[in-house]
Amino acid sequence: MIVIDKISKHFGSITAVDMISFSVSTGEVLGFLGPNGAGKSTTMKMITGYLPPDHGTIQVCGFDTVDSPLEAKRNIGYLPEGAASYGDMVVQDYLSFIADIRHLKKEKKKRALDSAITNMALEKVLWQKIETLSKGFKRRVALAQAILHDPKVLILDEPTDGLDPNQKYQVRELIRNLSTDKIVIISTHILEEVGAVCSRAMIIAAGKVVADSTPDELARQATQAALPQQHGHDILPALNEVFRTLTAGSMQ
Amino acid sequence: MKICTSAMGVIFRREFSAYFATPLAYVFVLIFLVLSSVFTFYLGGFYERSQADLTTFFNFHPWLYLFLVPAISMRLWAEERSSGVIELLTTLPITQLDAVLGKFLAAWAFCGLAIVLTFPLWITVNYLGAPDNGIIIAAYWGSWLMAGSFLAIGCCMSALSKSQVIAFILTVVVCFLFILMGFPLVLDLFTGWAPSILLDAIAGLSFLTHFQSVSRGVLSLHDTLYYFTMIVVWLAATVYVLQVSQD
Repeated sequence: MIVIDKISKHFGSITAVDMISFSVSTGEVLGFLGPNGAGKSTTMKMITGYLPPDHGTIQVCGFDTVDSPLEAKRNIGYLPEGAASYGDMVVQDYLSFIADIRHLKKEKKKRALDSAITNMALEKVLWQKIETLSKGFKRRVALAQAILHDPKVLILDEPTDGLDPNQKYQVRELIRNLSTDKIVIISTHILEEVGAVCSRAMIIAAGKVVADSTPDELARQATQAALPQQHGHDILPALNEVFRTLTAGSMQ
Repeated sequence: MKICTSAMGVIFRREFSAYFATPLAYVFVLIFLVLSSVFTFYLGGFYERSQADLTTFFNFHPWLYLFLVPAISMRLWAEERSSGVIELLTTLPITQLDAVLGKFLAAWAFCGLAIVLTFPLWITVNYLGAPDNGIIIAAYWGSWLMAGSFLAIGCCMSALSKSQVIAFILTVVVCFLFILMGFPLVLDLFTGWAPSILLDAIAGLSFLTHFQSVSRGVLSLHDTLYYFTMIVVWLAATVYVLQVSQD
Protein backbone atom coordinates (compact mmCIF):
# COMPACT_ATOMS: atom_id res chain seq x y z
CA MET A 1 0.00 0.00 0.00
CA ILE A 2 1.26 3.43 -0.91
CA VAL A 3 -0.44 6.45 0.59
CA ILE A 4 0.49 9.85 -0.76
CA ASP A 5 -0.91 12.84 1.04
CA LYS A 6 -0.77 16.33 -0.47
CA ILE A 7 2.82 16.28 -1.65
CA SER A 8 4.42 19.25 -3.36
CA LYS A 9 7.84 19.89 -4.80
CA HIS A 10 9.29 23.17 -5.95
CA PHE A 11 12.53 23.80 -7.83
CA GLY A 12 13.20 27.48 -7.36
CA SER A 13 10.13 29.26 -8.67
CA ILE A 14 8.95 26.23 -10.64
CA THR A 15 6.29 24.04 -9.08
CA ALA A 16 7.02 20.54 -10.31
CA VAL A 17 4.43 18.73 -8.20
CA ASP A 18 1.44 20.58 -6.78
CA MET A 19 -0.49 19.03 -3.88
CA ILE A 20 -0.92 15.53 -5.27
CA SER A 21 -2.77 12.95 -3.17
CA PHE A 22 -3.60 9.36 -4.05
CA SER A 23 -3.18 5.84 -2.81
CA VAL A 24 -2.33 2.60 -4.56
CA SER A 25 -3.07 -0.88 -3.25
CA THR A 26 -1.49 -4.25 -3.88
CA GLY A 27 -2.23 -5.76 -7.29
CA GLU A 28 -2.63 -2.45 -9.03
CA VAL A 29 -0.51 -1.39 -11.99
CA LEU A 30 -0.67 2.36 -12.05
CA GLY A 31 0.40 4.22 -15.15
CA PHE A 32 1.53 7.82 -14.90
CA LEU A 33 0.75 9.58 -18.12
CA GLY A 34 1.69 13.09 -19.00
CA PRO A 35 3.74 15.35 -21.20
CA ASN A 36 7.45 15.77 -20.50
CA GLY A 37 7.97 17.99 -17.49
CA ALA A 38 4.54 17.27 -16.04
CA GLY A 39 5.95 16.02 -12.74
CA LYS A 40 5.84 12.26 -13.33
CA SER A 41 9.50 11.62 -12.61
CA THR A 42 9.58 14.06 -9.70
CA THR A 43 6.65 12.24 -8.09
CA MET A 44 8.45 8.92 -8.56
CA LYS A 45 11.68 10.33 -7.15
CA MET A 46 9.80 11.41 -4.05
CA ILE A 47 8.18 7.99 -3.59
CA THR A 48 11.56 6.26 -3.86
CA GLY A 49 13.09 8.64 -1.33
CA TYR A 50 15.54 10.29 -3.71
CA LEU A 51 13.89 13.67 -3.28
CA PRO A 52 12.20 14.73 -0.05
CA PRO A 53 8.80 16.36 -0.63
CA ASP A 54 8.55 20.05 0.34
CA HIS A 55 5.11 19.44 1.82
CA GLY A 56 3.02 16.39 2.52
CA THR A 57 3.85 12.80 3.39
CA ILE A 58 4.42 9.53 1.56
CA GLN A 59 3.91 6.14 3.19
CA VAL A 60 5.27 3.02 1.51
CA CYS A 61 4.08 -0.24 3.10
CA GLY A 62 3.39 1.69 6.28
CA PHE A 63 6.77 3.43 6.42
CA ASP A 64 7.15 7.17 6.01
CA THR A 65 9.76 7.89 3.33
CA VAL A 66 11.26 10.76 5.36
CA ASP A 67 11.03 9.36 8.90
CA SER A 68 11.96 5.72 8.19
CA PRO A 69 13.71 5.94 4.82
CA LEU A 70 15.63 2.65 5.05
CA GLU A 71 12.54 0.55 5.84
CA ALA A 72 10.63 2.21 3.01
CA LYS A 73 13.52 1.75 0.57
CA ARG A 74 13.81 -1.97 1.40
CA ASN A 75 10.30 -2.47 0.03
CA ILE A 76 10.95 -0.62 -3.21
CA GLY A 77 12.56 -1.63 -6.48
CA TYR A 78 13.36 1.35 -8.67
CA LEU A 79 14.26 1.77 -12.29
CA PRO A 80 15.53 5.36 -12.59
CA GLU A 81 14.90 7.40 -15.69
CA GLY A 82 17.74 6.66 -18.10
CA ALA A 83 18.51 3.40 -16.26
CA ALA A 84 21.82 4.55 -14.77
CA SER A 85 24.14 1.74 -13.61
CA TYR A 86 27.82 1.38 -12.80
CA GLY A 87 29.18 1.22 -16.36
CA ASP A 88 32.59 -0.09 -15.34
CA MET A 89 31.16 -3.28 -13.80
CA VAL A 90 30.26 -6.51 -15.56
CA VAL A 91 26.58 -7.46 -15.31
CA GLN A 92 27.14 -10.38 -12.94
CA ASP A 93 29.23 -8.33 -10.48
CA TYR A 94 26.79 -5.44 -10.62
CA LEU A 95 23.76 -7.57 -9.77
CA SER A 96 25.77 -9.36 -7.09
CA PHE A 97 26.67 -5.96 -5.60
CA ILE A 98 23.00 -4.97 -5.51
CA ALA A 99 22.11 -8.31 -3.88
CA ASP A 100 24.76 -7.72 -1.19
CA ILE A 101 23.44 -4.23 -0.47
CA ARG A 102 19.93 -5.68 -0.27
CA HIS A 103 21.14 -8.23 2.32
CA LEU A 104 20.40 -11.25 0.16
CA LYS A 105 22.63 -14.06 1.36
CA LYS A 106 23.88 -17.37 -0.06
CA GLU A 107 20.98 -19.51 -1.36
CA LYS A 108 18.58 -16.60 -1.40
CA LYS A 109 21.06 -14.48 -3.33
CA LYS A 110 21.71 -17.23 -5.85
CA ARG A 111 18.00 -17.77 -6.44
CA ALA A 112 17.36 -14.03 -6.75
CA LEU A 113 20.18 -13.61 -9.26
CA ASP A 114 19.11 -16.63 -11.30
CA SER A 115 15.52 -15.53 -11.50
CA ALA A 116 16.31 -11.89 -12.38
CA ILE A 117 18.85 -12.96 -15.00
CA THR A 118 16.42 -15.44 -16.58
CA ASN A 119 13.51 -13.00 -16.48
CA MET A 120 15.51 -10.32 -18.24
CA ALA A 121 17.32 -12.78 -20.57
CA LEU A 122 20.76 -11.54 -19.53
CA GLU A 123 22.62 -14.88 -19.76
CA LYS A 124 24.57 -13.87 -22.86
CA VAL A 125 25.92 -10.60 -21.47
CA LEU A 126 26.67 -11.66 -17.88
CA TRP A 127 30.40 -11.08 -18.22
CA GLN A 128 30.26 -7.92 -20.31
CA LYS A 129 30.86 -4.47 -18.94
CA ILE A 130 27.59 -2.58 -18.68
CA GLU A 131 28.96 0.45 -20.56
CA THR A 132 29.59 -1.74 -23.63
CA LEU A 133 25.98 -2.98 -23.80
CA SER A 134 23.25 -1.76 -26.13
CA LYS A 135 20.56 0.57 -24.81
CA GLY A 136 18.07 -2.27 -24.59
CA PHE A 137 20.40 -4.48 -22.54
CA LYS A 138 21.32 -1.59 -20.24
CA ARG A 139 17.65 -1.11 -19.48
CA ARG A 140 17.18 -4.82 -18.86
CA VAL A 141 20.13 -4.81 -16.45
CA ALA A 142 18.57 -1.89 -14.61
CA LEU A 143 15.22 -3.70 -14.54
CA ALA A 144 16.90 -6.84 -13.21
CA GLN A 145 18.41 -4.67 -10.48
CA ALA A 146 14.93 -3.35 -9.60
CA ILE A 147 13.20 -6.76 -9.35
CA LEU A 148 16.16 -8.57 -7.74
CA HIS A 149 14.92 -8.54 -4.14
CA ASP A 150 11.32 -9.29 -5.13
CA PRO A 151 10.08 -5.95 -3.75
CA LYS A 152 6.50 -5.23 -2.80
CA VAL A 153 6.62 -1.96 -4.69
CA LEU A 154 8.10 -1.42 -8.13
CA ILE A 155 8.63 2.09 -9.45
CA LEU A 156 9.60 2.00 -13.11
CA ASP A 157 10.37 5.29 -14.84
CA GLU A 158 9.79 4.73 -18.56
CA PRO A 159 10.59 1.01 -18.46
CA THR A 160 10.28 0.39 -22.20
CA ASP A 161 12.04 3.52 -23.44
CA GLY A 162 14.71 2.55 -25.96
CA LEU A 163 13.61 -1.06 -26.35
CA ASP A 164 12.71 -2.66 -29.65
CA PRO A 165 9.16 -3.98 -30.16
CA ASN A 166 10.06 -7.52 -29.05
CA GLN A 167 11.73 -6.32 -25.90
CA LYS A 168 8.83 -3.97 -25.19
CA TYR A 169 6.51 -6.93 -25.43
CA GLN A 170 8.70 -8.94 -23.02
CA VAL A 171 8.88 -6.17 -20.45
CA ARG A 172 5.11 -5.68 -20.58
CA GLU A 173 4.59 -9.41 -20.13
CA LEU A 174 6.92 -9.30 -17.16
CA ILE A 175 5.06 -6.39 -15.57
CA ARG A 176 1.75 -8.20 -16.07
CA ASN A 177 3.13 -11.35 -14.44
CA LEU A 178 4.62 -9.45 -11.54
CA SER A 179 1.61 -7.46 -10.67
CA THR A 180 -0.68 -9.81 -8.76
CA ASP A 181 1.10 -9.46 -5.44
CA LYS A 182 2.82 -6.14 -6.00
CA ILE A 183 2.24 -2.49 -6.54
CA VAL A 184 3.68 -1.36 -9.84
CA ILE A 185 3.90 2.28 -10.84
CA ILE A 186 5.17 3.01 -14.33
CA SER A 187 5.53 6.29 -16.11
CA THR A 188 5.27 6.57 -19.81
CA HIS A 189 4.28 8.82 -22.61
CA ILE A 190 3.50 5.87 -24.85
CA LEU A 191 -0.25 5.58 -24.63
CA GLU A 192 -0.52 2.02 -25.94
CA GLU A 193 1.48 0.92 -22.93
CA VAL A 194 -1.20 2.14 -20.57
CA GLY A 195 -3.83 0.12 -22.36
CA ALA A 196 -1.51 -2.89 -22.50
CA VAL A 197 -0.37 -3.21 -18.88
CA CYS A 198 -2.06 -0.77 -16.53
CA SER A 199 -5.09 -1.43 -14.42
CA ARG A 200 -5.29 2.25 -13.56
CA ALA A 201 -4.18 5.35 -15.41
CA MET A 202 -3.43 8.72 -13.96
CA ILE A 203 -2.87 11.72 -16.18
CA ILE A 204 -0.57 14.31 -14.70
CA ALA A 205 -0.20 17.79 -16.15
CA ALA A 206 1.60 20.80 -14.66
CA GLY A 207 2.14 18.97 -11.39
CA LYS A 208 -1.53 18.12 -10.85
CA VAL A 209 -3.58 14.96 -11.31
CA VAL A 210 -6.10 15.77 -14.03
CA ALA A 211 -7.58 12.30 -14.50
CA ASP A 212 -7.51 9.08 -12.47
CA SER A 213 -9.41 6.07 -13.71
CA THR A 214 -9.09 2.78 -15.57
CA PRO A 215 -7.71 3.06 -19.10
CA ASP A 216 -11.02 1.78 -20.47
CA GLU A 217 -13.01 4.30 -18.53
CA LEU A 218 -10.79 7.16 -19.71
CA ALA A 219 -11.23 5.98 -23.26
CA ARG A 220 -14.99 5.67 -22.83
CA GLN A 221 -15.27 9.24 -21.56
CA ALA A 222 -13.28 10.49 -24.48
CA THR A 223 -15.37 8.45 -26.89
CA GLN A 224 -18.58 9.92 -25.59
CA ALA A 225 -17.35 13.47 -25.38
CA ALA A 226 -15.26 14.06 -28.43
CA LEU A 227 -15.10 11.03 -30.64
CA PRO A 228 -18.51 9.48 -30.97
CA GLN A 229 -17.42 7.57 -34.04
CA GLN A 230 -14.85 5.53 -32.07
CA HIS A 231 -15.49 1.90 -31.26
CA GLY A 232 -15.13 0.78 -27.68
CA HIS A 233 -12.47 -1.89 -28.08
CA ASP A 234 -9.96 0.29 -29.86
CA ILE A 235 -8.96 2.51 -27.01
CA LEU A 236 -5.73 3.95 -28.35
CA PRO A 237 -7.10 6.83 -30.45
CA ALA A 238 -9.53 7.61 -27.66
CA LEU A 239 -6.72 7.71 -25.07
CA ASN A 240 -4.77 9.94 -27.39
CA GLU A 241 -7.67 12.31 -27.56
CA VAL A 242 -8.25 12.43 -23.80
CA PHE A 243 -4.52 12.91 -23.24
CA ARG A 244 -4.41 15.89 -25.61
CA THR A 245 -7.55 17.49 -24.20
CA LEU A 246 -6.51 17.20 -20.59
CA THR A 247 -2.89 18.24 -20.97
CA ALA A 248 -3.14 20.83 -23.73
CA GLY A 249 -3.34 23.78 -21.35
CA SER A 250 -0.12 22.86 -19.57
CA MET A 251 1.93 22.76 -22.74
CA GLN A 252 1.77 26.47 -23.43
CA MET B 1 22.79 8.75 11.74
CA LYS B 2 23.86 5.18 12.37
CA ILE B 3 26.70 3.46 10.54
CA CYS B 4 25.81 0.12 9.01
CA THR B 5 29.13 -1.66 8.68
CA SER B 6 27.85 -4.30 6.26
CA ALA B 7 26.48 -1.74 3.79
CA MET B 8 29.67 0.27 4.17
CA GLY B 9 31.69 -2.88 3.52
CA VAL B 10 29.77 -3.65 0.33
CA ILE B 11 30.34 -0.11 -0.96
CA PHE B 12 34.00 -0.31 0.06
CA ARG B 13 34.57 -3.55 -1.87
CA ARG B 14 32.83 -2.25 -4.99
CA GLU B 15 34.74 1.02 -4.96
CA PHE B 16 38.09 -0.58 -4.26
CA SER B 17 37.75 -3.10 -7.08
CA ALA B 18 36.50 -0.33 -9.39
CA TYR B 19 39.99 1.19 -9.30
CA PHE B 20 41.36 -1.95 -10.90
CA ALA B 21 38.56 -2.32 -13.44
CA THR B 22 40.03 0.58 -15.39
CA PRO B 23 43.67 1.52 -16.08
CA LEU B 24 43.29 4.25 -13.44
CA ALA B 25 44.89 2.24 -10.63
CA TYR B 26 47.91 1.17 -12.64
CA VAL B 27 48.51 4.59 -14.14
CA PHE B 28 48.18 6.25 -10.77
CA VAL B 29 50.50 3.87 -8.94
CA LEU B 30 53.07 4.08 -11.73
CA ILE B 31 53.06 7.89 -11.79
CA PHE B 32 53.21 8.02 -8.02
CA LEU B 33 56.22 5.71 -7.89
CA VAL B 34 58.05 7.44 -10.74
CA LEU B 35 57.46 10.94 -9.38
CA SER B 36 58.35 10.06 -5.81
CA SER B 37 61.63 8.51 -7.02
CA VAL B 38 62.42 11.50 -9.24
CA PHE B 39 61.78 13.88 -6.36
CA THR B 40 63.84 11.83 -3.95
CA PHE B 41 66.86 11.16 -6.13
CA TYR B 42 67.12 14.24 -8.37
CA LEU B 43 65.44 17.12 -6.61
CA GLY B 44 66.09 15.82 -3.12
CA GLY B 45 69.69 14.81 -3.70
CA PHE B 46 69.30 11.47 -1.96
CA TYR B 47 72.86 10.29 -2.70
CA GLU B 48 74.54 13.65 -2.21
CA ARG B 49 73.23 13.87 1.34
CA SER B 50 74.99 10.59 2.18
CA GLN B 51 72.53 9.96 4.96
CA ALA B 52 70.65 6.71 5.44
CA ASP B 53 67.17 8.14 5.87
CA LEU B 54 64.09 8.87 3.80
CA THR B 55 63.68 12.54 4.76
CA THR B 56 64.05 13.70 1.16
CA PHE B 57 61.43 11.18 0.08
CA PHE B 58 58.85 12.24 2.66
CA ASN B 59 59.50 15.97 2.31
CA PHE B 60 58.06 15.93 -1.18
CA HIS B 61 54.92 14.03 -0.26
CA PRO B 62 52.71 17.08 0.44
CA TRP B 63 53.53 18.41 -3.04
CA LEU B 64 53.03 15.06 -4.68
CA TYR B 65 49.67 14.60 -2.98
CA LEU B 66 48.63 18.10 -3.95
CA PHE B 67 48.16 16.94 -7.55
CA LEU B 68 47.78 13.19 -7.30
CA VAL B 69 45.20 12.86 -4.53
CA PRO B 70 42.67 15.20 -6.20
CA ALA B 71 43.02 13.01 -9.28
CA ILE B 72 41.65 10.11 -7.22
CA SER B 73 39.04 12.03 -5.27
CA MET B 74 37.58 14.06 -8.13
CA ARG B 75 35.50 11.18 -9.43
CA LEU B 76 34.12 10.01 -6.07
CA TRP B 77 30.83 11.91 -6.26
CA ALA B 78 31.06 14.04 -9.41
CA GLU B 79 31.01 10.90 -11.54
CA GLU B 80 27.96 9.51 -9.71
CA ARG B 81 26.18 12.78 -10.27
CA SER B 82 26.91 13.12 -13.96
CA SER B 83 26.11 9.47 -14.72
CA GLY B 84 22.94 9.50 -12.61
CA VAL B 85 24.14 6.58 -10.46
CA ILE B 86 23.70 8.82 -7.43
CA GLU B 87 19.95 8.32 -7.83
CA LEU B 88 20.41 4.57 -7.62
CA LEU B 89 22.74 4.87 -4.65
CA THR B 90 20.36 7.17 -2.78
CA THR B 91 17.37 4.90 -3.32
CA LEU B 92 19.15 1.77 -2.08
CA PRO B 93 18.56 0.98 1.60
CA ILE B 94 21.79 2.54 2.86
CA THR B 95 22.46 5.85 4.57
CA GLN B 96 24.50 8.59 2.97
CA LEU B 97 27.07 8.19 5.72
CA ASP B 98 27.57 4.52 4.74
CA ALA B 99 28.14 5.55 1.15
CA VAL B 100 30.48 8.43 2.02
CA LEU B 101 32.55 6.30 4.41
CA GLY B 102 32.66 3.30 2.08
CA LYS B 103 33.87 5.42 -0.81
CA PHE B 104 36.35 7.37 1.27
CA LEU B 105 37.85 4.30 2.91
CA ALA B 106 38.24 2.58 -0.46
CA ALA B 107 40.09 5.60 -1.85
CA TRP B 108 42.20 5.84 1.29
CA ALA B 109 43.07 2.15 1.16
CA PHE B 110 44.04 2.60 -2.47
CA CYS B 111 46.36 5.49 -1.53
CA GLY B 112 47.78 3.29 1.20
CA LEU B 113 48.56 0.64 -1.39
CA ALA B 114 50.39 3.17 -3.56
CA ILE B 115 52.39 4.33 -0.53
CA VAL B 116 53.26 0.78 0.51
CA LEU B 117 54.50 0.06 -3.01
CA THR B 118 57.34 2.53 -2.45
CA PHE B 119 58.96 -0.14 -0.27
CA PRO B 120 61.94 -0.61 -2.64
CA LEU B 121 63.16 2.78 -1.42
CA TRP B 122 63.02 1.56 2.13
CA ILE B 123 64.95 -1.56 1.15
CA THR B 124 67.48 0.68 -0.62
CA VAL B 125 68.27 2.78 2.45
CA ASN B 126 68.53 -0.33 4.57
CA TYR B 127 70.96 -1.77 2.06
CA LEU B 128 73.03 1.39 1.89
CA GLY B 129 73.17 2.12 5.58
CA ALA B 130 71.48 1.65 8.92
CA PRO B 131 68.53 4.01 9.09
CA ASP B 132 66.22 4.33 12.08
CA ASN B 133 63.32 2.21 10.85
CA GLY B 134 61.05 3.45 13.61
CA ILE B 135 61.29 6.94 12.17
CA ILE B 136 60.54 5.63 8.71
CA ILE B 137 57.45 3.72 9.84
CA ALA B 138 56.18 6.78 11.73
CA ALA B 139 56.73 8.90 8.64
CA TYR B 140 54.88 6.41 6.46
CA TRP B 141 51.96 6.47 8.87
CA GLY B 142 51.96 10.29 8.94
CA SER B 143 52.11 10.43 5.18
CA TRP B 144 49.11 8.10 4.87
CA LEU B 145 47.16 10.22 7.38
CA MET B 146 47.96 13.32 5.36
CA ALA B 147 46.80 11.59 2.18
CA GLY B 148 43.54 10.83 4.02
CA SER B 149 43.05 14.51 4.86
CA PHE B 150 43.65 15.51 1.24
CA LEU B 151 41.18 12.83 0.16
CA ALA B 152 38.51 13.97 2.61
CA ILE B 153 38.78 17.50 1.24
CA GLY B 154 38.59 16.08 -2.29
CA CYS B 155 35.55 14.00 -1.35
CA CYS B 156 33.71 17.14 -0.26
CA MET B 157 34.74 19.14 -3.34
CA SER B 158 33.64 16.26 -5.56
CA ALA B 159 30.20 16.26 -3.91
CA LEU B 160 29.86 19.96 -4.73
CA SER B 161 30.02 19.58 -8.48
CA LYS B 162 28.92 17.46 -11.39
CA SER B 163 32.16 18.19 -13.19
CA GLN B 164 35.26 16.20 -12.31
CA VAL B 165 37.48 18.98 -13.65
CA ILE B 166 35.93 21.53 -11.31
CA ALA B 167 36.22 19.06 -8.44
CA PHE B 168 39.91 18.58 -9.24
CA ILE B 169 40.68 22.30 -9.38
CA LEU B 170 38.71 23.10 -6.22
CA THR B 171 40.49 20.33 -4.34
CA VAL B 172 43.95 21.50 -5.45
CA VAL B 173 43.14 25.07 -4.42
CA VAL B 174 41.77 24.15 -0.99
CA CYS B 175 44.60 21.69 -0.28
CA PHE B 176 47.14 24.26 -1.42
CA LEU B 177 45.67 26.77 1.03
CA PHE B 178 45.95 24.25 3.84
CA ILE B 179 49.59 23.62 2.95
CA LEU B 180 50.40 27.32 2.66
CA MET B 181 48.88 28.25 6.00
CA GLY B 182 52.15 27.43 7.71
CA PHE B 183 54.21 29.60 5.36
CA PRO B 184 55.20 33.25 5.90
CA LEU B 185 53.38 34.04 2.64
CA VAL B 186 50.06 33.57 4.41
CA LEU B 187 51.16 34.29 7.95
CA ASP B 188 52.63 37.67 6.98
CA LEU B 189 49.17 38.81 6.01
CA PHE B 190 48.18 38.48 9.63
CA THR B 191 51.32 39.45 11.54
CA GLY B 192 51.30 42.91 13.02
CA TRP B 193 47.57 43.26 13.47
CA ALA B 194 46.15 39.88 14.39
CA PRO B 195 46.61 38.50 17.90
CA SER B 196 49.30 35.85 18.13
CA ILE B 197 46.76 33.27 19.20
CA LEU B 198 45.09 33.63 15.79
CA LEU B 199 48.46 33.32 14.07
CA ASP B 200 49.16 30.12 15.97
CA ALA B 201 45.71 28.81 15.13
CA ILE B 202 46.23 29.45 11.40
CA ALA B 203 49.69 27.92 11.42
CA GLY B 204 48.27 25.03 13.43
CA LEU B 205 45.79 24.23 10.66
CA SER B 206 48.52 23.76 8.09
CA PHE B 207 49.24 20.33 6.70
CA LEU B 208 52.89 21.19 6.51
CA THR B 209 53.38 22.18 10.13
CA HIS B 210 52.02 18.84 11.22
CA PHE B 211 53.75 16.81 8.57
CA GLN B 212 57.19 18.29 9.25
CA SER B 213 57.29 16.80 12.72
CA VAL B 214 55.80 13.52 11.56
CA SER B 215 58.29 13.16 8.72
CA ARG B 216 61.09 13.50 11.23
CA GLY B 217 59.60 10.54 13.02
CA VAL B 218 58.00 12.46 15.88
CA LEU B 219 54.62 10.79 15.91
CA SER B 220 52.73 12.80 18.46
CA LEU B 221 49.13 12.15 19.41
CA HIS B 222 48.56 15.81 18.63
CA ASP B 223 49.41 15.41 14.93
CA THR B 224 47.49 12.16 14.57
CA LEU B 225 44.44 13.81 16.14
CA TYR B 226 44.81 16.78 13.80
CA TYR B 227 44.65 14.58 10.72
CA PHE B 228 41.75 12.51 12.03
CA THR B 229 39.86 15.69 12.90
CA MET B 230 40.43 17.01 9.39
CA ILE B 231 39.10 13.76 7.93
CA VAL B 232 36.01 13.68 10.16
CA VAL B 233 35.16 17.35 9.56
CA TRP B 234 35.48 17.14 5.77
CA LEU B 235 33.54 13.88 5.55
CA ALA B 236 30.77 15.36 7.68
CA ALA B 237 30.77 18.31 5.28
CA THR B 238 30.44 15.84 2.39
CA VAL B 239 27.35 14.23 3.94
CA TYR B 240 25.91 17.71 4.49
CA VAL B 241 26.59 18.80 0.90
CA LEU B 242 24.98 15.61 -0.46
CA GLN B 243 21.89 16.13 1.66
CA VAL B 244 21.48 19.77 0.75
CA SER B 245 22.04 19.20 -2.96
CA GLN B 246 19.29 16.59 -3.03
CA ASP B 247 16.58 19.23 -2.75
